[in-house]
Amino acid sequence: MKRLGLSGNYAVAYAVKMADVDVIAAYPITPQTTIVEKLSDFVANGELDAEYINVESEHSAMSACVGASLTGARVFTATSSQGLAYMHEVLFMASTLRTPIVMANVNRALSAPLNIWNDHSDAMAERDSGWIQLWASSAQEAFDTTIEAFKIAEDILLPVMVNFDGFIVSHTYEPVTLPDEEEVRRYIPSKPLTNRLSPRLAYSVGVVGPPEYYYEMKYQAVDAMERSRQRIKEIEADFNQRFGKDYKDINTYYMEDAEYALLIMGSMTGTARVVAESLRRRGEKAGVVSIRWFRPFPFERLAEILKGVRGVGVIDRAVTPGGPSNPLFVDVASGLYGMTERSVLQSFVAGLGGRDVPTDEFEMMFSRTKEAARNGRAGPCVYVGLRE
Amino acid sequence: MSKKKLKGWKEIPMGGMITEPGSSVQFDVSAWRTYKPVIDQSKCTKCGMCWIYCPEAAIIIKEDGKYEVDLSFCKGCGICERTCAPKAITMVKEESV
Amino acid sequence: MSTALRTIKDVPKEEYFAPGNRLCAGCTAATAIRQILKASGRNVVVVTATGCVEVATSYFPQSAWRVPWVHVAFENAAAVASGIESAMKALNRKKKSDEKPHVIALGGDGGTFDIGLQSLSGALERGHDFLYICYDNEAYMNTGIQRSSATPYCAATTTCPPGKLSAGQSTQKKDLVAIAVAHGIPYAATACPSYPFDLMNKVRRALDVEGPALLHVLTPCPTGWRFDIDRGIDVGKLAVMTGLWPLYEVVNGVTKLTVQVPRREPVKRYLEVQGRFKHVKDEDVKRIQERTDLLAAKFGLGPVRQ
Repeated sequence: MKRLGLSGNYAVAYAVKMADVDVIAAYPITPQTTIVEKLSDFVANGELDAEYINVESEHSAMSACVGASLTGARVFTATSSQGLAYMHEVLFMASTLRTPIVMANVNRALSAPLNIWNDHSDAMAERDSGWIQLWASSAQEAFDTTIEAFKIAEDILLPVMVNFDGFIVSHTYEPVTLPDEEEVRRYIPSKPLTNRLSPRLAYSVGVVGPPEYYYEMKYQAVDAMERSRQRIKEIEADFNQRFGKDYKDINTYYMEDAEYALLIMGSMTGTARVVAESLRRRGEKAGVVSIRWFRPFPFERLAEILKGVRGVGVIDRAVTPGGPSNPLFVDVASGLYGMTERSVLQSFVAGLGGRDVPTDEFEMMFSRTKEAARNGRAGPCVYVGLRE
Repeated sequence: MSKKKLKGWKEIPMGGMITEPGSSVQFDVSAWRTYKPVIDQSKCTKCGMCWIYCPEAAIIIKEDGKYEVDLSFCKGCGICERTCAPKAITMVKEESV
Repeated sequence: MSTALRTIKDVPKEEYFAPGNRLCAGCTAATAIRQILKASGRNVVVVTATGCVEVATSYFPQSAWRVPWVHVAFENAAAVASGIESAMKALNRKKKSDEKPHVIALGGDGGTFDIGLQSLSGALERGHDFLYICYDNEAYMNTGIQRSSATPYCAATTTCPPGKLSAGQSTQKKDLVAIAVAHGIPYAATACPSYPFDLMNKVRRALDVEGPALLHVLTPCPTGWRFDIDRGIDVGKLAVMTGLWPLYEVVNGVTKLTVQVPRREPVKRYLEVQGRFKHVKDEDVKRIQERTDLLAAKFGLGPVRQ
């Protein structure tokens, strides 16, 4: 075990190295680039024995990953924003074809206008792609989640996207504890996966699914995602046993007796907690809920956590123009729909395009949420920090 | 025509793979044709051109080296008739059902 | 080093491309694939781009493939092939697998010249050990005959129809082999299923080569080119005999003609058997003849028969 000062991106690169991947498809895009750069150093120095494919686009990156994964190789790629959008069609193919690909998506805003800074619009646009989507909020978490991702992907046979905030997590240096490589290799043994393209089998993969079959073929991936709820829980418990890190679907802060709370995904959680701490010292019953699993969305546990909480402010870092609300809010609201007594949900949009969300804005969001809770009704969506 | 019971999502191979190589042989394309090839064995020189040019592998070479037509797979295109040098193949109209 | 196929007896009898597929009656792409797989044998993985061949041979639950086969999308056959080739390399080196099939990427002209050109270029430049085969029926045939950048000058398609203001396709066909050779690959060639031994031996030479190889195969299409379903092989022969489709190979940048045509047929003979050229005016036939004469001179083909 050793402790290194690593950025989120470098932490992920170390995780991929320890996972002994066989094939890496690499294409640069800010703010993910330093992941693939670090990996290319490892490969060039013989520290990681993998085929490093300098693909000519992200679409080809994911296509190469699908091909390699079907052949039984352990594969990895990384992207952000436009790159993720570019490989959009292949993401759907990767999930229905059941390829256990692991991809780091360093969250960055989608153009236009061009913006290299952090928000969640890139991942939100892929909500329906059938990928398992986990969110990491620190370099340590990015490392650990990537290791878990290989285990989860190869167990369920669904691709896993490890999301973390661009620049805030990807480029910030933190102390990261790295386990022994042998320990990791024991956890995710690098044995070959089934080669579905073996000449011994002569299977046809990626066929035409006419109307009488498409539905059932698609449902297989839906079923896999449903089964993953229990399996990811078990895998994370096992991870905790081996590496002493307790990762969950939802993280709670001061939620045991909270009257009102903010619900967030990603690194803004940190600021929210600092503000919640100060509110608590003032006698306010504020709490923070942070979502770590986005797909599969843990709405059952969320409903338990929010039982008795009178108001919840849901902070989206992406927008759905014309929608009833924005992506995270929509998932939360529909997830809680079945409850007989529901929290009042107040919608917020914050941090688009890397806009900083300082503590006073969080004070405002807590206060608005408390107001909505007391009124028993939410106000319209609040666009935090928007200048008229 | 009886409706075959179609496989459910639990039985279909994962990801919709077709695990039986060459299962297209179960699909009846013989009904497509209007004409079928007839080989005059007395003229056939066993040059193999019909066999190598047939899009369907519907010309087969028997154990004794004789060239025959596999009517279950022939779509009746007539390429064999066109490419037969000794003119041993004739496309003949199918009997109407 | 594979052996060259010289007579019909040398040609392997096994059929790795099964009948009962949904390709049109008289489809010469089917003939080409049968020949390609006889040349390669069963130790291959075939990656196919969306198109006629993919759709007609993989309609669940019927597959015409008796070798491993994968389709992912329209524009990425070369990228998927790159992934497969890299995976095999890594797994072999790390002693996780001993399988080493040839990787063959198969795309139509649509999936190669247009939407697939980027991923093809990437795969060729990176030097993956694979064979890319473009079966060229000179249009997006699977979707009902729309023009591609492989559609020849004056040909009619639904998106370049002849009319009061148009004479059909107004641009010239891209030179795919030249584009491939510009990447510095060790082997590229043209072929046509009407010349089976030339095609099959080129497949073998291409697979023998270490690194990327490209085969550009003309596959006449009765449905799209509008000729009788029994004429596919004849039309292919005419393409070669007019000099419009020279059969050559480029080995490490050096071009060599593989089928000489001592007396070429006039292009009119090729154009008049195809409905897609029936609107072509004399002045365009002349233009096509002149351009073909230049091409013939470049490859050292014979003069036009008087």
